[in-house]
Amino acid sequence: MVEPKIELRNLAKTFQLAQGQSRHVVDNVSFSAQPGEFVAVIGPSGCGKSTMFNIMAGLETPTSGEVLVDGKVVTGESEHFAYMPQKDLLFPWRTILENTALGLEVRGMKKKEARAKAADLFATFGLAGFENAHPFELSGGMRQRAALLRTVVQSRDVLLLDEPFGALDSLTRLEMQSWLQGVWSENSWTAVLITHDIREAIYLADRVIVLSARPTTVRLDIKIDLPRPREVGMITTPQFADYEKELIDTLHEESRKAMAQQMPTAV
Amino acid sequence: MVAIALPPIVIVLVVLIAWQIIATATGTKPTVLPSPLRIIQQGWIARDTIWLNTVPTLQETAIGFAVSLAVGWILAIIIDFSPLLRRALLPLLVASQTIPVIALAPLLIIWFGFGLLPKVLVIALVTFFPVAVGLIDGFNSTDREATNLLRSMGANRWKQFTYVRLPSALPAFFTALRIGITYAVTGAIFAEYVGAINGLGIYMSMMKNSFRTDLVLAAVFVTAAVSICLFLLTFVVERLIIPWHSKERRSRRG
Ligand SMILES: Nc1ncnc2c1ncn2[C@@H]1O[C@H](COP(=O)(O)OP(=O)(O)OP(=O)(O)O)[C@@H](O)[C@H]1O
Ligand SMILES: [Mg+2]
Repeated sequence: MVEPKIELRNLAKTFQLAQGQSRHVVDNVSFSAQPGEFVAVIGPSGCGKSTMFNIMAGLETPTSGEVLVDGKVVTGESEHFAYMPQKDLLFPWRTILENTALGLEVRGMKKKEARAKAADLFATFGLAGFENAHPFELSGGMRQRAALLRTVVQSRDVLLLDEPFGALDSLTRLEMQSWLQGVWSENSWTAVLITHDIREAIYLADRVIVLSARPTTVRLDIKIDLPRPREVGMITTPQFADYEKELIDTLHEESRKAMAQQMPTAV
Repeated sequence: MVAIALPPIVIVLVVLIAWQIIATATGTKPTVLPSPLRIIQQGWIARDTIWLNTVPTLQETAIGFAVSLAVGWILAIIIDFSPLLRRALLPLLVASQTIPVIALAPLLIIWFGFGLLPKVLVIALVTFFPVAVGLIDGFNSTDREATNLLRSMGANRWKQFTYVRLPSALPAFFTALRIGITYAVTGAIFAEYVGAINGLGIYMSMMKNSFRTDLVLAAVFVTAAVSICLFLLTFVVERLIIPWHSKERRSRRG
């Protein structure tokens, strides 16, 4: 077996709150991804998915456990992961090209070089001709593609995508999924994708991980054995439906637990 | 532009006409209530003197406000970078605003004479606060997730500042600038009123003492015109420095 590209080992996180209270959010999460693998993570709302990403991206320190890239412990380091947050966070004072080159510029690459490198990807990301536009001139789907370009162009080991299509309408989302699926098969990116959308997870990922309610831990880790490139029509195949059922059942169970935590009287 | 400027102009005209009618109909003495036409007429005759007194006021305003901007920016940046200095300085900034300028200004004249310095100090004292607070709030209004994005790219505190915190704060800064610049003119007039060699403030004081109410009011009109021009100028500067802001705001309104 190949060495995994990334591995999380017994990751745990407890937030210290005011007045000596604490909130146990992540409890012993372990999983790994092979080079070029696309892993989707789903879990009930508020279970700690973004917290897990923040730990991987080096923005939060875990209470215990470690993050490994290529077999080396990299906990707390930021340079291995390219992070795409839930919001697109394109800066209104920068053009689209300047926005997409941001990560490279921050790393110290020369402006001209960084922008040339980002410009090369504009056609692939369906943004050709919008280099000098400002974010407010773009549609929601284009903004999201620009944010993804900004993430990908950094050429980090692993992409962390936190609900990239969460804010889009369902039609645009469908388009984006099939587009991403297409770009994916032509590149060998390793990625972890957080999503609330079970179909999106099955359609895009090689593996789907279901997280439990808070404190979160891995409930289910299944391989998606659908051929690539994937067609939108696959959504209606029995095999797809089987995956969907298994995931829905597990997720509903966890969501009910999460609801009970948040609103104890309602259940 | 015309649509924005028209309503206030109409209101001002209505008030002036009413004033004119009341002043002439009641036959009040011009030393008590001069009519607008008389103010304009007498002001026009005294235009050279008024202009000679406007220039120093403008100079003081410019220098005083420049000092205030420098102080405001330096304090805001220091406070943004150091939580310790934030705790130390913020209460002092607030305390500085409780100083009664009306009592302090004559003392400044005693200490520093009739020259430029006491005026600059008064203007800076009354205007650095809105600038500093506007900037501090502006820096703090930066989206936490935007800062996190920068951190994930490997940005240190300084880069986080230049790439997000600073640009995020600029719209709030221009709002503060508008408040500050109007206070600056008032501050200059006030400082001159207490004691100066020339300037619109001392001119008003002297005209009042010789019962030239019409010329006092003429100077008031000039002051108002200067303030409005400076206020409008901030919009021009804003358009030049952060052109994206108005476009972004307009597109969000739909
Ligand atoms: N800095 C923090 N301090 C205290 N609690 C925090 C902090 N960050 C997150 N939490 C808590 O951790 C829990 C998980 O948050 P997180 O954002 O990771 O959830 P999520 O799974 O990404 O949710 P969503 O699906 O809504 O995006 C929440 O209850 C949140 O209140
Ligand atoms: Mg989240």
